[in-house]
Amino acid sequence: MSGKGIRIEGLKKRYGEGNTAVYALKNVDMQVDAGEVVGLIGPSGSGKTTLLKCLGAVIDPTEGRMTLGNEVIFDNGWKVRDLRALRRDKIGFVFQAPYLIPFLDVTDNVALLPMLAGAPNEEARKRAKDLLAALDVQHRANAMPSQLSGGEQQRVAIARGLVNRPPIILADEPTAPLDSARAMAVIRILNNMAQEFETAIIVVTHDEKIIPTFKRIYHIRDGITHEEVGEGRNIE
Amino acid sequence: MINLASRDILHAWGKFVFTGIGLGLLIGVTLVMAGVYRGMVDDGKALLDNSRADLWVVQKDTLGPYAESSSVNDDIYRSIMLMPGIQQAVNVTYLTMQVRKEGKDVRAMVVGITPNTEPTYPGWPPYLVSGRQITRSHYEAVADVKTGFQLGDKITIRRNKYEVVGLTRRMVSSSGDPMIFIPLKDAQEAQFLKDNDAILQSRRRVEGNPVFNQPGIPNLLEATLAAQNTNSYVNAVLIRLAPDFSSEEVAENITRWKRLTVYTRIQMEAILVGKLIATSAKQIAMFLVILAVVSAAIVAFIIYTLTMDKIREIAVLKLIGTRNRTIASMILQQALALGFIGFIVGKISATFAAPAFPKYVLLTPQDSIAGFFIVMLICTLASIVAIRIAIKVDPAEAIGG
Repeated sequence: MSGKGIRIEGLKKRYGEGNTAVYALKNVDMQVDAGEVVGLIGPSGSGKTTLLKCLGAVIDPTEGRMTLGNEVIFDNGWKVRDLRALRRDKIGFVFQAPYLIPFLDVTDNVALLPMLAGAPNEEARKRAKDLLAALDVQHRANAMPSQLSGGEQQRVAIARGLVNRPPIILADEPTAPLDSARAMAVIRILNNMAQEFETAIIVVTHDEKIIPTFKRIYHIRDGITHEEVGEGRNIE
Repeated sequence: MINLASRDILHAWGKFVFTGIGLGLLIGVTLVMAGVYRGMVDDGKALLDNSRADLWVVQKDTLGPYAESSSVNDDIYRSIMLMPGIQQAVNVTYLTMQVRKEGKDVRAMVVGITPNTEPTYPGWPPYLVSGRQITRSHYEAVADVKTGFQLGDKITIRRNKYEVVGLTRRMVSSSGDPMIFIPLKDAQEAQFLKDNDAILQSRRRVEGNPVFNQPGIPNLLEATLAAQNTNSYVNAVLIRLAPDFSSEEVAENITRWKRLTVYTRIQMEAILVGKLIATSAKQIAMFLVILAVVSAAIVAFIIYTLTMDKIREIAVLKLIGTRNRTIASMILQQALALGFIGFIVGKISATFAAPAFPKYVLLTPQDSIAGFFIVMLICTLASIVAIRIAIKVDPAEAIGG
């Protein structure tokens, strides 16, 4: 593994105590390198969302170890102190619905993250505009989210996830609301961005159209992950 | 850093402005209520200021002449004039009644003043806006412009007609009724004037009473009848002190030697504000409390609704690393902005509505400043519920499942 990427070893998540204890994650082992896009698939109730929440540092795992780049962020009960800063600086999120802030224009939706990290407004906006240009939505930079198409909104959401150059992006069903062409466009963008920014991207999906595009896939069932080699179909 | 509150307000400006207008009208009513109380106090003070008296001599053990009825003999002022420290002493009567003009009537306080003194004496209207002061001993009147009377109007007080010869302004009773000044003798007569049937009945009773109708004392019956039909009482004697005399000292002297009750300016103000309008003040205070609670409830409800509408956005903001205090600040600023819009609308509406009220509404800058800070405090308190909800939002809500 290079200096970036994420490694998860023996991750478990238990809800409840004693007789009522339920393990949502029983044994998760994953490794995603920088520049790689992997799929995470599994039926409903298999533990996908719980794993995503653990990776996103919004809930604490019960056991196991998570390493982000060279930094251990969780180790059997010990965790990084400032999870909020961790989420802001080291983890990018792309959701099923774009969840853009409706009262901010496209540029400020993207620029908000560097601003939260302390970047001056002008610098944050410049970074946002550069990224919007890279994602081919620079012409909507001053539009409000409600004025964008679904595909444009998702590209802005991807730009927001990438703007702080996080080592990992968690994408939760990013193509679910999109038609085939737009879904493939989003996957192409994620692949390009992963390469360009050396970001590890985990895509949680049920979308049969995009599953063949992954070179590696993690299946999760009953809280246990199994690694598979994907088709890695060309999406150009 | 972007100001999230201002962006949200600009995005949903219609909701904020219309809510602010609604809240503003409520704040306007609150300011007017406070203005009504201030107006009542000011009316009381204007009554005292305009009388230009240093002391009020009234019937023993009464709170007259404004808060209770009071009768003193109309010649007592002569002996008071001879006491040390007295510069001017004049009789005065006050009578609140309906004054008629051509079939319409106006509620007014009729003040009897001594016409053979100078207008600089206590009791006289201190200034006129048009016309002249009373110069004749009967049937002339000076009216406050609030009565609606014009110069030359003929008004009816009891059975007599008076010509309005002068108009004055801001001469009101403690309850806000405009004043009409007439000669003292006319006012004394008006105060106790009986109707013709009552006079006839009274004469018959006296003539039938052997105590008053004694053939051996020929003038007794005439004297008794004359005494019954004249009023030799006034409500108070107003006193202006000579320079270098303290009001307490002179008041004590009159109380001791004349066995009357004397009030200084401070005591009379305490009677007017503390007793005469105390119940109204409490009533207004209750309304102000209710309006404050209703305003707080409205702001709290609006801010709560606006926050609940943004729960998903708040979860996303928290997930991407926004501090709780940034989100709390956004909600607080929105509540304060709502209060600010409401206060501006309220202040403008109160300013324009105040003159339309029948009673004097005094909007003071101090009340406006205090009102502004109270509104801001209410908005701050009202945002607490929404802030607590926003802080409790789990960033995990942004991730499905």
